[in-house]
Amino acid sequence: MNGIPLTHILFVSTALFFIGMYGFFTRRNMITILMSVELILNSVNINFVAFNTYLYPQNLDGIFFTIFIVTIAASEAAVAIAIIINLYRSLHSVDVDETGELKF
Amino acid sequence: MNTSDILFYCISAFILGTGVLAVTTGKIFRSAISLLFSLMGIAALYFWMALEFIAAVQIVIYVGGIVVLIIFSIFLTQKSGEEMPKPPLSKIWFSFFSVLVGFIFTYYLIHQYGFGNGGEQPFELKIADIGNQMLSLTGKGYILPFEVISILLLAALIGAIVVAMKIKNKSE
Repeated sequence: MNGIPLTHILFVSTALFFIGMYGFFTRRNMITILMSVELILNSVNINFVAFNTYLYPQNLDGIFFTIFIVTIAASEAAVAIAIIINLYRSLHSVDVDETGELKF
Repeated sequence: MNTSDILFYCISAFILGTGVLAVTTGKIFRSAISLLFSLMGIAALYFWMALEFIAAVQIVIYVGGIVVLIIFSIFLTQKSGEEMPKPPLSKIWFSFFSVLVGFIFTYYLIHQYGFGNGGEQPFELKIADIGNQMLSLTGKGYILPFEVISILLLAALIGAIVVAMKIKNKSE
């Protein structure tokens, strides 16, 4: 692990973040947008863990933030999928272009 | 370059490759499976950093929980064998270039800053330390976020049930 500089790990997390952004821009299906959000959250987790391991090895704060982010991601996915299933039941589509019910 | 470095680059290539597949594949079920492999690759990255506990959390919650939930919702709402409609080409190019510019800019900043090597002593993670600090009431403890997040989990649980619940018509 000592041979790899921190910037290489940050390269992976940055690339993963922007891959998630690309999916967020191009996808039109709510479930695939949710998957892109999961990728983005995971890249943030990699960042926290890498900073904690490389720059502050005497602390554990990055580890705690990672655990809390994972928890929040789990609850976010549960609520999002509940909303998606409810939308599908009333509109028979989970496409973001067709679900404009809340627009004025 | 020793074996550990090569392993890191292999894991990184695996994560990014399956991540790209997850956002570009036409079939939604394949996209979910690619996401699963990408999350497994991130767990492997945590194993490579010798953070076994975080890797276990990643596998249990993401791979075992969230991806399974996503696959269930795909089966409930989608025709999983069919190709999804492709976005228009102009949108693909616009997204690609904006993402590319953002990535280059961000990585340029990271590269310029450099970050150096902060800590000399090796990092070691003891699970007992995590538990002690999580529940300690002293200044470095995380007891308040722990309690707040337990309330949040309860709220999300009840909220998800209420939102997804089917309300029966009284008239029938």
